[in-house]
Amino acid sequence: MTLTLILLLPFLGSVCAALLPANARNAEAWLAGAVALAATALVASLYPQVAAAGVLRMTLPWAPALGLDFSLRMDGFAWLFALLVTGMGTLVVVYARYYMSPADPVPRFFSFFLAFMGAMLGIVLSGNLIQLAMFWELTSLASFMLIAYWHHRADARQGARMALVVTGAGGLALLGGALLLGHMAGGYDLDTVLAARDAIQAHSWYPLALGLIALGALTKSAQFPFHFWLPHAMAAPTPVSAYLHSATMVKAGVFLLARLWPVLAGTDAWFWIIGGAGLCTLVIAGYLANFQQDMKGVLAYSTISHLGLITLLLGMNSPLALIAAVFHIFNHATFKASLFMAAGIVDHETGTRNLRRLSGLYRAMPITATLAMVAAAAMAGVPLLNGFLSKEMFFAETVFLERPDWQRIVLPLAATLAGMFSVAYSLRFIHQVFFGPRAQDLPREPHDPTRWMLLPSGLLVAACVLVGIFPELTVGPFLRAATDAILGAEAPAYSLAVWHGLNLPLAMSASAMAGGAVLYRVFLRRSRETVPLLGHLDGKRMFDRLQVALPARAAQLIERLSPPRLQMQLLALVGVALAGALLPVLTHGLSWGTRPTTPADPAFVLLWLIGGVCALAVAWQAKYHRFAALIFSGGAGLATSLTFVWLSAPDLALTQLAVEVVTAVLILLGLRWLPRRDARYARSRAASTRLRRLRDALLAAAAGLGLAGVAYAVLSRPAVDGISPFFIEQALPQGGGLNVVNVILVDFRGFDTFGEITVLGIVALTVFALLRRFRPAPESVPLPHQQREQDGPAAEAGVDPAATLPAGYLALPAVLVRLLLPLAMMVSLFFLLRGHNAPGGGFVGGLILATALLLQYIVGGTLWVESQLRIHPLSWMALGLFSAAAAGLGAWLTDAPFLTSLAWHGELPLLGELHLSSVLLFDLGVYLLVVGATVLMLIAIAHQSLRAHHRKPAGGAA
Amino acid sequence: MEIVLALAIGTLAGSGIYLLLRPRTFQVIMGLSLLGYAVNLFIFGMGRLRTGAPPVIDAARGSDPSLYADPLPQALVLTAIVIGFATTALFLVVLLASRGLSGTDHVDGRESEKP
Repeated sequence: MTLTLILLLPFLGSVCAALLPANARNAEAWLAGAVALAATALVASLYPQVAAAGVLRMTLPWAPALGLDFSLRMDGFAWLFALLVTGMGTLVVVYARYYMSPADPVPRFFSFFLAFMGAMLGIVLSGNLIQLAMFWELTSLASFMLIAYWHHRADARQGARMALVVTGAGGLALLGGALLLGHMAGGYDLDTVLAARDAIQAHSWYPLALGLIALGALTKSAQFPFHFWLPHAMAAPTPVSAYLHSATMVKAGVFLLARLWPVLAGTDAWFWIIGGAGLCTLVIAGYLANFQQDMKGVLAYSTISHLGLITLLLGMNSPLALIAAVFHIFNHATFKASLFMAAGIVDHETGTRNLRRLSGLYRAMPITATLAMVAAAAMAGVPLLNGFLSKEMFFAETVFLERPDWQRIVLPLAATLAGMFSVAYSLRFIHQVFFGPRAQDLPREPHDPTRWMLLPSGLLVAACVLVGIFPELTVGPFLRAATDAILGAEAPAYSLAVWHGLNLPLAMSASAMAGGAVLYRVFLRRSRETVPLLGHLDGKRMFDRLQVALPARAAQLIERLSPPRLQMQLLALVGVALAGALLPVLTHGLSWGTRPTTPADPAFVLLWLIGGVCALAVAWQAKYHRFAALIFSGGAGLATSLTFVWLSAPDLALTQLAVEVVTAVLILLGLRWLPRRDARYARSRAASTRLRRLRDALLAAAAGLGLAGVAYAVLSRPAVDGISPFFIEQALPQGGGLNVVNVILVDFRGFDTFGEITVLGIVALTVFALLRRFRPAPESVPLPHQQREQDGPAAEAGVDPAATLPAGYLALPAVLVRLLLPLAMMVSLFFLLRGHNAPGGGFVGGLILATALLLQYIVGGTLWVESQLRIHPLSWMALGLFSAAAAGLGAWLTDAPFLTSLAWHGELPLLGELHLSSVLLFDLGVYLLVVGATVLMLIAIAHQSLRAHHRKPAGGAA
Repeated sequence: MEIVLALAIGTLAGSGIYLLLRPRTFQVIMGLSLLGYAVNLFIFGMGRLRTGAPPVIDAARGSDPSLYADPLPQALVLTAIVIGFATTALFLVVLLASRGLSGTDHVDGRESEKP
């Protein structure tokens, strides 16, 4: 329970923070502070349980069918990390309250800040790999929003985008790795995975899974060669840099490596991938940090370098190195966050972070300077501070590593070199900012900030000192709990002491100190414009190039692979489909079955003689005689509809007939906007055109023949027993209806139908939206000459909306059509209501009503009809979707799954025996939506001629 | 009966595919419509052909599956008919918009160089 609360608190806080007014700075800070503090207290209160029980678990079913649970799991390691996340969060909130300027929109800041905290706790506490990957991506998103917090700045936007692309891509790789890992281990549960070390390492997918997970972890922890995003993420407000980009989020990568260490580590591949990346990062980033001119830049590169150190330790395949890594994760968080806070304070007080301009600030801000100095000393690894302890452990590990000879020499050397760099940039950071002559031309007059702003930094520095002097008393038990949780029974004994005697690691430390001081004194006093040796190693430039090159290459590839012309694409499509169908026919042959065929009725043959001629006529006439083609197509549709009647499908016949009418009207409305095309003006037919037609005709004939052959092959074979008998047998007992097709649609497969009417609604809205921006071709704007001839002067006079009947020769039909409307409504309702037991249903009923409404439009004219009758198709659609959804949701009242039908059968006074079912409500929804969508589409097209008329005078005046 | 229906499907599909490959948008929309008929009939045919046996249960005859035509393809085709109408409408509007924007009713939005 407490675990859930720890995870939920930040997210709830995030929602609350987002809802507060923009100027509520204090309220925001109190809210965020309270949430973070409460979470910290909750985490801290769990320690006795974690120490006693080892692992705390909380599981909720998530997707049981996939074997996935939403599970939270806290062991010693997760506890320590959760404490880091929440505790550091509390301190940074206090700091941020004073750092953020009154002009900044703080609700956004604190809302994303808390959301990030929740997501990070999600990673730490996840008891399952998929869930971990999900929270992982969530932290990337929160980081994106926070880096781009000052989104008016181009560098912030760019930095945010880069961070998102790199870490997001890494997250995707991680998900792939997690899926592989789960598959190899036989489950995504962390406990299952952690127990499956041998199975995983013996599996042939192990290298792939390792590579993917390494990709995820190394991008997140900004390891070489993916390190370049972190310096650009420094465009974020400093509290974000302190919290996300030094203490927590970038630690997610090393957290994951440590978490999966028992499963993945111990192989050569792990050593080279993880250790190699760590070593390169450690040295290269340490070197680059010496040439940064921005205070936060120095800290960013030093963060990368320290993360490299941790990664290297994890990659060494030694339990003691793992312990050092975990220890360093926490040490680094304390001193680096406090250094970031100091950098933020300097920026806040002086207005600049440029090392060239800053100088001699010690006198102006002594407290800040002292705190920064102690923290920097911890970063450099000065004895009696926490950084020294973990660095000493690191040096010891490099010396005692069991590897072939040359690696035993290279590693300690590289470690000492990195130590020297670390000392040099720490010295440079402190010396340039706080010592030397006092800077004169600073944007603001510096002084120490308010005590509350110094407090978080002060607490962190105090932690550095305390841990540095009394390691065993302060962090000893917690560290042991954490590392025992990872290593289990094989955890080695170790001692956290300041003094281990005179040994090789101490000598390495001393030489790093001396070397670093010399390095700074001799080479780095003068600031340089460029980075010597590694100046060309610009990750950002490579990233930018890649960003430009990838879409360009993709465009080239598409251009090569796909022809720009639609006809060619369709030709290829049909050709490939035909070839695909032909292949099995050629290898296995196409034979007819033995099912006795139904004797052909002469009327049926005649029907399809006409239908076939109609189809061919459409193909013949569609180019020059669109109207004729449309009529012929209607003929083919009619033949189809009659076939359905003939072959025992009354529902289909009704629907086909209604759709036929509506489609014909729809296309008729569209015809007006198409260009004139007259055979008399056709250009002379070139041989190539004829050849192309012949080719298409042959292909079409082949496809048609093939389809006919396949159809006959199936039709002449006996039917296979599928799931159809179930529907017929259960329609009455389970569905309560006699019309099996309707029962399938509204009951058994109701969810499909629900999806389908949603699609219908979406299409109608799309049509409506597309037509809002419709621009007809200029020559189609005036009234067609037929209309002008027919209406004569009346066409120009316009319509009198107040008239009882439309003027002109259509007055009489208009009377009839108006009388027809209530009748049609009744018929459509009749079809809707009887649908469950006899042919009919919502689709047919809806189409009938829509047709009746359209008839009003056709006969009366748009203007006149709309002056008499307002139809709100959008409301009909909304109502339809709501009733269908309500019918589905109603099932939840009785604890049944969505769309289970509920029925009531009984006797009512006066009305007599009555059968009510939620299925009827569902079908009513279908009915309403079909009416709404159909009418919306047709009216939207019909309205275009009106708009064109309205536009005409305006165009003429202009 | 079967052979007639199979030939009907073939004719509809052949005409539809021929039109699908034509350059004018109206031809394509007609082609899709014909192809729609063919495919609907084809799917419907998968339930085999029965006359006088609509899948509406007759209380007197009971619910023996062998007495009725296969309802499943019918349910599939019913939704296909409605969705087919929706796509025709959408395609028509895209066609009109393309004609308005590009000034031609060629499927590529511009007249091809070759006649």
